[in-house]
Amino acid sequence: MARALINVPQKAKSGQVIEIKTLISHIMETGFRHDNVGKAIPRNIITTFVARYNGEEIFRTDLFPAIAANPFVSFHTVATESGTIEFEWTGDNGFHETGSAKITVE
Amino acid sequence: MDNDSRGATRRDMLLAGMAGVGATLIRIEPAAATPDSMKRAIRQVVGEAPVRNGKVTIDVPTLVENGNTVALAIEVESPMTKDDYVKAIHVFNEKNPLPNVISAHLGPRAGRARISTRFRLADTQTITAVAELSDGSFWSASADVIVTLAACLESLD
Amino acid sequence: MKEARTRRVGKAKRAHRGVGRVGTALCAFAHPTLLLLALCTPLLATEIPLDQRRSGYEDLSRDSKAMEDDDTANPATFWVLDGEALWNAKAGSANKSCADCHGDAAQSMKGVAARYPAFDERLGRPIDLEERINLERRDRQNAPPLKFESHELLALTAFIGRQSRGLPIAEAADPRLKPFIAQGRALYELRQGQINMSCAQCHDDNWGKKLAGNIVPQAHPTGYPIYRLEWQSVGSLQRRLRNCIAGMRAEPFDFGAPDYVALELFLMQRARGMTIETPGVRP
Repeated sequence: MARALINVPQKAKSGQVIEIKTLISHIMETGFRHDNVGKAIPRNIITTFVARYNGEEIFRTDLFPAIAANPFVSFHTVATESGTIEFEWTGDNGFHETGSAKITVE
Repeated sequence: MDNDSRGATRRDMLLAGMAGVGATLIRIEPAAATPDSMKRAIRQVVGEAPVRNGKVTIDVPTLVENGNTVALAIEVESPMTKDDYVKAIHVFNEKNPLPNVISAHLGPRAGRARISTRFRLADTQTITAVAELSDGSFWSASADVIVTLAACLESLD
Repeated sequence: MKEARTRRVGKAKRAHRGVGRVGTALCAFAHPTLLLLALCTPLLATEIPLDQRRSGYEDLSRDSKAMEDDDTANPATFWVLDGEALWNAKAGSANKSCADCHGDAAQSMKGVAARYPAFDERLGRPIDLEERINLERRDRQNAPPLKFESHELLALTAFIGRQSRGLPIAEAADPRLKPFIAQGRALYELRQGQINMSCAQCHDDNWGKKLAGNIVPQAHPTGYPIYRLEWQSVGSLQRRLRNCIAGMRAEPFDFGAPDYVALELFLMQRARGMTIETPGVRP
């Protein structure tokens, strides 16, 4: 099943600030909804998202139930060198998903 | 939860009774966030430090298309050098069940202190974004957002 | 059931934002800020002139447009990708995939969604894409049907629909479809439910005005299945129709009802020539 969509420019100039956009498939069940017999539907959300550039952490965010389903998160980073940017999502019920994108920096 | 407007509430009396036998006082939190719980959530992040208005821009629609998915972008003015950068951006709300929305941790490698996401708003309310800078200072901005229900709600089949 | 009286006023120049000449005003919605319709003369539903038609995309906010424009920012892409996987997966006791007969969907499915609902010989009536997929599964793959609104069926319709993106909705040339288009039109113009309103009253006569916080669209099915912000998920045209019908406090038919297929057919014809956007984003 397709889980994560990552948008990173393939090429950038050294020192250029680039925008990275990420999208992950997840219901983000808040824990505040009830089913039709009044039983609470348990919380099931992504709690943390981390991005690493050639192994060094460049961005980390804590997500809460207020984040909409299929969380979209975008942020910026300086293109320092060619390599791989890795992404990791963790959440309730052992949720763990990763993704990566290569970037060429000249 | 009876409220006797003439004097102590019923809950106060029960708690007073319990205190007499050494029971732990349990504070019952309301089911939804309130402006007070938002303030407390902000205090948890900033501690005793003052929070100044400025440097933070919130990009959110004034009237949302749909409260279930609202586009949000926060930008903080900062040179983003290794001596002067944004450490974190925290977003809070007043009326959702919980006051926190997102907490993003940046650093000088970010280049630009701007994040965007999509979030949920339960009702018309004020949202507040707090930025923590590398010098330990806190800056914030707030935005009022109007949220209406969808015109035709889906029946639960 | 009252018959809606409709008279075609022809393609005369009429202010598209003119006061709708509609029937009894009712505000029976739970939501208090509903558009009030003036108490007046009988319903006159006028077809929107072809050159004045606009997709719901035009009414989207800047951010929702950006979501639809960028596949990597559109959550519906997950469904499209899952549909692609299903297209290539063996299914049923025949152990065949869609690809085994239809090959590369980008070629074989190009234009298909743009001409559905289409007439089915054996059933003697039009069927929509969901029904076609299930018939193919039964007849060629020996596989059980996929449930309406299941992730798998939405994924396949999103994937197949995506192959028609950018193409114009086809005109229904098949003469056998004529009575069904008329049936769909009758349902579109029928006043129904406790609120006693027809689709036409909002979508022909009052499009562009506000209903609660949203702009009333002309209701062209150019982007189905859509990612709807309200659902935080992808859903079919029938789900959206049933949503509206429930909103009018009318009893929705079951998914797959031939009446809905006729209505889908009518709506596609009403939108003939407009560009397919599948998968679209809508509020």
